[in-house]
Amino acid sequence: MNEGITLKKVSFFRNGQPVLKEIDLQITGGELIGLIGPNGAGKSTLLKLMMNMWKPIEGSILLNQQGMQEYSQKMLARQVAYLPQNSVFESAFTCKEVVKMGRYAHLDRFERESAGDEVIVREAMEQTETTHLRNRLITELSGGERQRVLMARTLAQGARLILLDEPTANLDPHYQLELLNLIESLVEKSLTVMMAIHDLSLAARYAHRLVLLHQGKIIVDGSPEAVLTPDHLRSVYGIEAEVACHPKTGRLFVVPIKLEACGG
Amino acid sequence: METTHKRTRVFPPRAFILFLTALLAGFIVLATAKGAVQIPHALVTKILLNRLPLVDFSGWEKAQEVIIMTIRLPRVLLAVLVGGGLAITGATLQALFRNPMADPGVIGVSSGAALAAVISLASGMSLRHYMILPFSAFLGALGTLFLVYTLASRQGRTSMATLLLSGIAIGIFMGSLLSLILTRISSIEAFREIFFWLMGGLDGRGWSHLKIAIWPILIGTLALIFFSRDLNLLMLEGEDGAAALGMEVRTVQRILLVLSSLVIGAAVSFSGTVPFVGLIVPHIVRLMIGPDHRYLLLASFLAGGSLLVGADLMARTIVAPEELPLGTITSLIGVPFFLYLLNRDGKQVI
Repeated sequence: MNEGITLKKVSFFRNGQPVLKEIDLQITGGELIGLIGPNGAGKSTLLKLMMNMWKPIEGSILLNQQGMQEYSQKMLARQVAYLPQNSVFESAFTCKEVVKMGRYAHLDRFERESAGDEVIVREAMEQTETTHLRNRLITELSGGERQRVLMARTLAQGARLILLDEPTANLDPHYQLELLNLIESLVEKSLTVMMAIHDLSLAARYAHRLVLLHQGKIIVDGSPEAVLTPDHLRSVYGIEAEVACHPKTGRLFVVPIKLEACGG
Repeated sequence: METTHKRTRVFPPRAFILFLTALLAGFIVLATAKGAVQIPHALVTKILLNRLPLVDFSGWEKAQEVIIMTIRLPRVLLAVLVGGGLAITGATLQALFRNPMADPGVIGVSSGAALAAVISLASGMSLRHYMILPFSAFLGALGTLFLVYTLASRQGRTSMATLLLSGIAIGIFMGSLLSLILTRISSIEAFREIFFWLMGGLDGRGWSHLKIAIWPILIGTLALIFFSRDLNLLMLEGEDGAAALGMEVRTVQRILLVLSSLVIGAAVSFSGTVPFVGLIVPHIVRLMIGPDHRYLLLASFLAGGSLLVGADLMARTIVAPEELPLGTITSLIGVPFFLYLLNRDGKQVI
């Protein structure tokens, strides 16, 4: 399959400090990948590199077999959608206006949204159950509602690969499950999603594959069972944790027990 | 929850733009009619409409037409361009910097224009040709943009936050140089002329000024309107979000800065510094129709044009035949109205 992103020996430095070191990563269609790792591990940087917002200092990134530098930002945004972490909204746009912005990459400067764009926007809002919010202002929504509207916009962008940076941060458990169910349903429709996420149990519950990042390096990349081992958790997070299979979900869950000496 | 809507949109945008167009037309007629020789509004309307193709009115004295067409109309139209240009660039810069306090002054461009204008006034250069003053002000504006942009760029990247701060710093620096020049001027006459230029005004402006000012302002304005969607993205969530949606952020920022400076430079060159229009008008319009730049930009242009035509009318009629500085009028009307809007119903509205 040609679809997907491939990172080859990608390194990135900021102010002379390495942020990512020789990252090799391959993402193909239909996967739900959880990107995990401690604060400052380089998760956000990795996602931004994949959205061409920063350029790798070393190595290369291929999207659908073509070098990233061959894409204009618009062409890229038609293939890859990215939802940054904790966006701050102060402008009183209505939710429908916000979702419509997802069509930016498909519109020429001198072009108006067509009836086709309207349909895509409407469907994206139906799919995320945000239709009733269309005339509300984005500034007055609760965190959960806002995140769903932003997901609607991400869907309206029409990209096959979706990158999410901490989509469940600041959401209560209800909204977390709601959002992750939505993401799961997108992957069932053969979209590919890679999301940075801190909650290891939620990551294990939903992701097919986990990528554990630590100090700019991929420590391990594989199934939740292969990644979430007590050894990995000790060496990366510096915690002693119990990992078990939950009888109801059939997936792993992680209970942190106590702090360990770091870096062991 | 449905009942707790904040009423931040009072009017449907299209209807509001129609209203503003009518308002501007009304202000143009009103301002053209009023002056030392009062000409009836109906007659003014006829004389103006007569200039359109396929319209044929008659029944006025030659002198009335001369007063309107050669003296009053160009000044009124210049007021439209200056007010509209300042308002639309204010709206643009507020979105570009995601900062509600941004206005044509923040990137230092208008201070640069003022400094260059004062140099040409104080050195007597401006007496040689009537276009030297606006031309040097325009060069001052673009030169300052270049300076501020260079200061804020490092290794091909430009930080908007640094640009805002260096713009403000350069603005203050230029202001000090300007004060220094003022202290060295001995002639009361020259001092008074400079003072009036600094306070803004359209005294003595005619077709020859209008013919030149119209191009940068109208071209800049039209071009900015084609960046409405980009401004929406930048205003809503800034550079990262806009890039994620497919915008070439650096390129768009650069184009917006150049277009804004073009318009601000031209406006300040022909009117002096007129404060507050660029800050307040976009806020008022946003309160009425919301932040969508596809409507906000045009509506700001129309509202800014009306405000300045009205202010200029007051400037030249209140103490006629003397004139009041235009900038003081825009501030004296603008500030109380703005504060009223801010505190209306004790709600935070911006």
